[in-house]
Amino acid sequence: MLEELTAKLESTFKRLRGYGKLTEKNIADSLKEIRRALLEADVNYKVVKDFIASVQEKAVGEEVLRSVTPGQMVVKIVHDEMVRLLGGTTATVKTAGIPPTIIMLTGLQGSGKTTFAAKLAKYLQKKNRKPMLVAADVYRPAAIQQLKILGRSLNVPVFDEGVTDPVKIAFNSITAARQQMIDTVILDTAGRLHIDEQMMEELVRIKNRIRPHEILFVADGMTGQDAVNTAQQFAKRLDFDGVVLTKMDGDARGGAALSIKAITGKPIKFIGVGEKLDDIEQFHPDRMVSRILGMGDVVTLVEKAQESIDREKAEKLEQKLRKAEFDLEDFLDQLQQIKKMGSLESILRLIPGVGSQLKNVQVDERNLVRVEAIINSMTKEERLNPKILNGSRRKRIAVGSGTRVQDVNQLMRQFEQMKKMMKQMKNKSFRGGFGGAPFGIG
Amino acid sequence: MLGRIKQGLKKTRESVFSKISGALSSHKKIDDDFLEELEEILITGDVGVDTTMEIIERFRERARKEKVETPEELNEILKEEISKQLIVPPQEPEVNKPFVILVVGVNGTGKTTSIAKLAYHFQQQGKKVLLAAADTFRAAAIEQLEIWAQRLGCEIIKHQPNADPAAVVFDALTAAKSRNADYVIIDTAGRLHTKVNLMSELGKIYRVIEKQIPGAPHEVILVIDAGNGQNAVNQAREFVKAVRVNSIFLTKLDGTAKGGVILSIKRQLGIPVKYIGLGEKMTDIELFDPKEFVEGLFARE
Repeated sequence: MLEELTAKLESTFKRLRGYGKLTEKNIADSLKEIRRALLEADVNYKVVKDFIASVQEKAVGEEVLRSVTPGQMVVKIVHDEMVRLLGGTTATVKTAGIPPTIIMLTGLQGSGKTTFAAKLAKYLQKKNRKPMLVAADVYRPAAIQQLKILGRSLNVPVFDEGVTDPVKIAFNSITAARQQMIDTVILDTAGRLHIDEQMMEELVRIKNRIRPHEILFVADGMTGQDAVNTAQQFAKRLDFDGVVLTKMDGDARGGAALSIKAITGKPIKFIGVGEKLDDIEQFHPDRMVSRILGMGDVVTLVEKAQESIDREKAEKLEQKLRKAEFDLEDFLDQLQQIKKMGSLESILRLIPGVGSQLKNVQVDERNLVRVEAIINSMTKEERLNPKILNGSRRKRIAVGSGTRVQDVNQLMRQFEQMKKMMKQMKNKSFRGGFGGAPFGIG
Repeated sequence: MLGRIKQGLKKTRESVFSKISGALSSHKKIDDDFLEELEEILITGDVGVDTTMEIIERFRERARKEKVETPEELNEILKEEISKQLIVPPQEPEVNKPFVILVVGVNGTGKTTSIAKLAYHFQQQGKKVLLAAADTFRAAAIEQLEIWAQRLGCEIIKHQPNADPAAVVFDALTAAKSRNADYVIIDTAGRLHTKVNLMSELGKIYRVIEKQIPGAPHEVILVIDAGNGQNAVNQAREFVKAVRVNSIFLTKLDGTAKGGVILSIKRQLGIPVKYIGLGEKMTDIELFDPKEFVEGLFARE
């Protein structure tokens, strides 16, 4: 995400860092470029204006101009100001003292409320919570059906009463939740325009009736300058607690992300980063800024790994890696663990320096499937001792996995390279087993 | 139509263009202050940095050359400059039968609702419409289109969820030919324009259509959410590459205060807006007329 903004800022920063000494003109020119980059990324006009003004004020101080690396100092100021703009600290979702915790989702049409509801349910499930989805969108055709299908795929109960009064549905769902020992109720409401008085009133009535612990405003990450108006209107009527930004896995956006907090004062709590129900992340302002400025986000990567990688297996693997005994069986294992972490693309973007390079690169998830199929078509003996793979074995494997012999050869080449890399790393300090796998990028 | 558009664009007019009028009358002459204000107004209208700069540059140039100073005259010039950006080539008559329309776009822009509106629009002209439920990916997308088909009383071709969308399209076109439909409107799954796999799936759908009915699809409509910012330009660029988009359906123009991104899309890619969506009902559709659009934008209460 955000590659375009990142790329533009990176080139400006590169130039800034290159100056031995900074003049006020250097800074002014750079700020002009930064301003343009932000505006093109749909950051709100007023926010950009304030942002540039405050960076400028801090950047032209004596301290910066006299420091040894003035360019680096300016980059740091931009970084710090951006973190501030995004809210500084990480905001979490409240939990009720007495369950169930009620989370109400609101937003414009098409912002992705229903999909996010399912993602949130899955996210909570992973944290050993027991969520329930409530279908209170009685307007959009088949919206209830959509939530039911998603709920079924997650094995999460879905409360619905068909097309009736949403206020009643919301209220009844809480009673049902108590009876079913549910600890979190996720209420999916219909998309509505902030200027639709009647529909906004309905939300207020739901709010007053069920007193949710957390109201989230779900916004499309691609929204333009209007993001701020909409958010402001929703904030005025509902005083929501936090923001969810969806569709953050595309390109060139983030303007809304940078603006909403600044204007409404409400923190961003989650972002949606892909088509799969796993593709949800908690929002961390500092990490997001690192991503925008092209510094990667290792912390999230490590967390994702911790979440889905089997610790015991990882330790075993580490042992093997240290002794350079890595075989195809381990490779397959590793692949499967990585797959659990979410879509490959979203993982790769977290690695420092990879984000901006990925701009025009597509990760083909099917390559992974192919690799898995190839390894699965080998005998155990072949996996443990790949050296015995001669021509006829390779041919058999290709037929068995529905690939070509070239694919098998390519995989073996990659595997050998990887082993070589590991031998080199053996001597250096090396921790952790994940990463480094040459999954097919292309 | 002018009345409807005027009403739909009330928000745009109130926030963006009444500001322009305000700026025009509060500044006595064209100075940097004034131009900066103009820049702010256009950029906050999602017009985009490049397009804004171009409009301002031309505006300044003309105002200087023609020695225009009064707010009314400046207003006229601005209107002309913006209209120029929106000129649309004349429509070719829709003579093909069935006339095949492929509808594409990113997630959540309102494709399915827009299809219902299009179907209604053609039905009003006495045409027979057939819908193809080729969004087999999103949960309950087929059901959603089905409900619209029932309301419209038109035929729909569907498969199971997760079926191959190209197969749905193939069946729909076969059915359209044998049932003598005038229009086939194909709903596709929303996809982010950055997902190469999904975009090439769209390419496959396009080729299936092309093969079955030479010359088709006769129209490829990209549905764009008026609330989208400059990213809509990227969307348009990628969808054009994949399926030769030739017109735009701009949705949700009733709520959002903006819509300026259509200027950037027209300027950079030359694709005109053909339809606009102004509400949730199937009757809330209008053909886009750039001249009246700009008139509507500038009209005062």
